[in-house]
Amino acid sequence: MTTHTLRSKRRRSALRTAAFMSPWLIGFSVFFAYPMVSTVYFSFMKYDGFGAPSFNGLTNWTYVFSDYPMFWPSLANTLWLVLVMVTCRVVFGLGIGMLITKIKTGTGLFRTFFYLPYLAPPVAATLAFVFLLNPGTGPVNSILGDLGLPTPGWFNDATWSKPALTMLAVWGIGDLMVIFMAALLDVPKEQYEAAELDGTSPWQRFRFVTLPNISPIVLFAVVTGVIQAMQYYTQPLVAGKVASGVIGGSGQQFEPGYPDKSTLTLPQLVYNLGFQRFDYGSACVVALVLFALAMAFTALLMRGRNNLIQAGD
Amino acid sequence: MRRSRTMTTAAVAVAAISVLATACTGQAESGANDDPKARTTINFWHGWSAPSEVKAVQDTIDRFEKTHPNITVNVGGNINDDKLNQALRAGGSNGPDVVSSFTTSNVGKFCSSGAFADLAPFIEKSGLDLEKTFPKVLLDYTQFEGDRCALPLLADAYGLYYNKDAFEKAGITAPPKTMSELASVAKKLTITKGDSYEQLGFMPTFHGYETVADHYLSSWDHTYFDADGKSNIAKDPAFAEMFTYQKKLVEDLGGYAKLEKYRGTFGDEWGSKHPFHTGQVAMQLDGEWRLGMATDAKVPFEIGVAPMPVADDEADSYGKGFLSGTIMGIAPSSKKQNAAWELVKFMTSDTQAVVDFANGIRNVPSTFEALKSPGLKFDPRFKTFLDIAQHPKSNTPDGAVNGATYQQTIQDFGFQYEKGAVTDLKAGLEKTAAQIDTDIAKAK
Repeated sequence: MTTHTLRSKRRRSALRTAAFMSPWLIGFSVFFAYPMVSTVYFSFMKYDGFGAPSFNGLTNWTYVFSDYPMFWPSLANTLWLVLVMVTCRVVFGLGIGMLITKIKTGTGLFRTFFYLPYLAPPVAATLAFVFLLNPGTGPVNSILGDLGLPTPGWFNDATWSKPALTMLAVWGIGDLMVIFMAALLDVPKEQYEAAELDGTSPWQRFRFVTLPNISPIVLFAVVTGVIQAMQYYTQPLVAGKVASGVIGGSGQQFEPGYPDKSTLTLPQLVYNLGFQRFDYGSACVVALVLFALAMAFTALLMRGRNNLIQAGD
Repeated sequence: MRRSRTMTTAAVAVAAISVLATACTGQAESGANDDPKARTTINFWHGWSAPSEVKAVQDTIDRFEKTHPNITVNVGGNINDDKLNQALRAGGSNGPDVVSSFTTSNVGKFCSSGAFADLAPFIEKSGLDLEKTFPKVLLDYTQFEGDRCALPLLADAYGLYYNKDAFEKAGITAPPKTMSELASVAKKLTITKGDSYEQLGFMPTFHGYETVADHYLSSWDHTYFDADGKSNIAKDPAFAEMFTYQKKLVEDLGGYAKLEKYRGTFGDEWGSKHPFHTGQVAMQLDGEWRLGMATDAKVPFEIGVAPMPVADDEADSYGKGFLSGTIMGIAPSSKKQNAAWELVKFMTSDTQAVVDFANGIRNVPSTFEALKSPGLKFDPRFKTFLDIAQHPKSNTPDGAVNGATYQQTIQDFGFQYEKGAVTDLKAGLEKTAAQIDTDIAKAK
């Protein structure tokens, strides 16, 4: 075979590979690489959507970190949601999944019952929760009051607003329940039988049989949960607006993150800075912070992956 | 060799970034070369959404199309400022040619950013005498630092609504005229029930729908910015007086927590279960639209309307009130700006069009001629709002380069102060003023 033929064969092979990869390459360039590069670029620019962007150094960065009063409360709220809400969702999703796999009769009914809330549109579900938990007229506080229990302010109280959002997130646990159910049904029965013969307790069977088998799924649930929590936008915004009395209308002033900035999240800042103030540079800074946080959490979780997978070793 | 490759990569990256960045920046073109007599179609975007309001807009457009048979208008409703701003930046042939907004405080941003086209050449060309056509306050809030990028399209005047039956029951014979009287009447009208209320005289919190900081402030003579354009809120005593007054009223009427819990029982501001309609509050600071909405809700009591009370030491200015309104402009990227101007001119300055539209929307007309027109079909009580609109001391917040952001900052401080999260008023106002200055400097 001549050198020329070899070269031509290699070129054809390379072209074929490129052709097969092109959909991914185009998608990666258009939906990741370009926005990523643009976001970094605009974070150092002054740009309001009109005219050309102009370089303004670190102004956007210093503004967001030291002069924008909503940034630090939003960051704290986002981290709170990542730690508490994601943990609760994973724990409850796993718990409900385990419960349903154990039920002998009416499994389909329970499965439907727990999955249905997940299908509710986020805005409708949030509205329903705000009305149910209304401290003045909501049925939840009426029942708690009748039982002589404390009646929290829920979405009207900065201490209770994030726990109320967590309740809403746990209510819509259907997605995780289905994933965990599939993983739990996949655990080899023989391992449980062997463990039982060894005289293990239910906790030991969960710890040394169930958890190691489903740990990749737990990791998946945690990583996707963290990313979802970082992008948490609709529910806190709707809850804050409705609880503060602003439903619609024009020119109404709304307390961002009502009550007391407790429902502000970083994606809300991206919208506020980027699409209400049209300060694209500062919005890009917040977006990059979100990106860095998501990367850091994912890296941390991936590093701990071996511990999770080998939990039972 | 390796260094050279690194340099090349860096250069390519910089070039790529530059290309990508410049690719997404558009320049607004002037489209004022179109022939307004030619057959054309323009897009008009507005924010009204209630069926009666949408009908009123369409009726006005129908009249316009009759008088301008060569121009067809496509109407898009329920457009808020966020959508509008995004569309104006995106441009494109499906975008709006004529735009309107309810947020007068955003005019500074619309004008300074170039989001709305300069109307001066059109006004000059058509010989429209602004001073003789529109009241001064309305002219002020539709321009920014001399840049005339909008015209007023109807106005909103704010006053005090009161439940005449509740007044009679409490032995009160006239609406309050000063802020001290308002506090005293509010206390008299408040009837507690357990740890809540049977009737609240007045909802003083900043979450009480229209009882927001800038509406309260209209009762005091105040200036948002000093001569250098710096925030004046820590220096002008009117701001401290207003916040002190509001906080005391909150405490006198039961405290923030109790009032907030009661507020949770209120219906939607725009629905028939508004707390004034249901008798949950006996007085309400609100815009002129409330009269029509309360009438539609068939409230079981007689409604009284009056100007908002004024600061005790400014009793001679009684009759003034907070003003705002819809503004109308032209998209800078429109290729049909002359046709668009025909619609703007018709809707904002044609007396019959303004009168008909005001009758339909139940807003205050925005031209001198329309304000005097016998064609206005209003409830006699509406005259209170017509008078507020023409009062020389009626006011509206100053424009700023970052629009309503500074008002939001003041309001955020109010939210903190009324609930007791901030106790040092002076330090709080100074910090808020500094924040306003920082935000404005950032936006310039």
